[in-house]
Amino acid sequence: MNVTFALVTARRILTQLRHDHRTVAMMVLVPTLLMVLLRFVFNTEQAFSAAAPALLAVFPFAIMFIVTSITTLRERTTATLERLMTLPIGKLDLLFGYAIAFGLVAMAQVVVAVGVSLAWLGLEIDGSIWLLVLIAVLDALLGTALGLLASAFARTEFQAVQFMPAIVMPQVLLCGLFAPRESMTPVLEWLSNVMPLSYAVEALESTTRSNELGGTLVRDLVIVAGSAVLALILGAATLRRRTP
Amino acid sequence: MANYSGHAVVVEGLRVRRGARVVLRDIGFSVPPGSITGLLGPSGCGKTTLMRSVVGVQIVEAGTVTVLGQPAGSAVLRDKIGYATQNPSVYADLTVAESLRYFASILRAPAGDVSRVIDEVGLGTHADHIVGELSGGQLSRASLAVALLGRPELLVLDEPTVGLDPVLREELWALFRRLADRGVTLLVSSHVMDEAARCERLLLMRGGLILADDTPATLRTMTGADDLEQAFLRLVRQQEALA
Repeated sequence: MNVTFALVTARRILTQLRHDHRTVAMMVLVPTLLMVLLRFVFNTEQAFSAAAPALLAVFPFAIMFIVTSITTLRERTTATLERLMTLPIGKLDLLFGYAIAFGLVAMAQVVVAVGVSLAWLGLEIDGSIWLLVLIAVLDALLGTALGLLASAFARTEFQAVQFMPAIVMPQVLLCGLFAPRESMTPVLEWLSNVMPLSYAVEALESTTRSNELGGTLVRDLVIVAGSAVLALILGAATLRRRTP
Repeated sequence: MANYSGHAVVVEGLRVRRGARVVLRDIGFSVPPGSITGLLGPSGCGKTTLMRSVVGVQIVEAGTVTVLGQPAGSAVLRDKIGYATQNPSVYADLTVAESLRYFASILRAPAGDVSRVIDEVGLGTHADHIVGELSGGQLSRASLAVALLGRPELLVLDEPTVGLDPVLREELWALFRRLADRGVTLLVSSHVMDEAARCERLLLMRGGLILADDTPATLRTMTGADDLEQAFLRLVRQQEALA
């Protein structure tokens, strides 16, 4: 693991994004606009406040998943990955470079969405705002890491886009947003228990309800961060210096 | 500059299978250091697969490839080989200079290297242009520039002159010659026969086999042909007659 290589890779990816103003604008603003939309769908601040924490986990997770899987797939299908694999950079250096770059973008995304929700949409939280931001960023990083991993199993961008409904949607449906997880049939509850997004949503909900940093919250954070690191390491294993 | 003895590249009994097809059929050859070796043959004859094997990114079924005294793909070779793939491998959404700066930092190349290689491939006026907006020839030169970063001892260039006008081709071949004179070994593929005359050695490939491995002059005398295109055709007929 070479920190310099990870950092120059992150800088390269951010420079690529900087040339693409429309993508940057959409990545930063779309989750916020969705929160605004949701506020008016519910039409009361109370109902919005109840659902918003879960969505602060879902939107950055889903958006970072799709952005990352497409970007890395592009690197895999153009010859740049093959070239990098002939150079001194390590696989983890490259993936951590991606994680750092998209982690920073995720942070901007989450700060704007949380800021607007608190200032104008009537979101009320009892816990720490910074903890809320931290959880949402970890969750976006989880999306990034899973996107990196998923891109290994897609040959074309069409396939990569299909991974969004295939991998992200089940997690969204089972994370407790639509029905409490405890009330699901045992099979679904078990599925929900092995999906990392469930823990991100649980952590966000508990942060908005109370100010205490309890054992469950810490466990949730460890699970989300651990899943992200695991997905990154599995992603590194899918990068091959030699290909058929 | 070389800390190995003998040949820059030694290939022995190399067999590569891609899917059901055997792309390289137990081939062997060696490349002397500080020379330009041309790899010629029709599209699909295995040139790219052979170059990928030398660079160490190809899964091989049998045989050995030794590069600068090390097994191909060894970690110590990673800053000693410059490789330009056939499809330009530079980031389309960066400027030429930004893209090169990234690869230069991965190679720990000195700061002045980026402008040096931009000048060497004649892209000085396009350094701040977005790669994706370059013409085909400029794009392949941007990709070639990456291979020149640092101090490569071996350059593996897959069709570096495709889509270039005659003036640019002349300039690039002059550059390849200067590099070879400095002691760099070049393995350059092409399917244009008139480029073959510029190489010291030629490997003529067809159907995963090496038909000939000699100097252009010897190939002409051996086949009694005036130009290399004819020489190649005669070799193909000889091989077919034998088969």
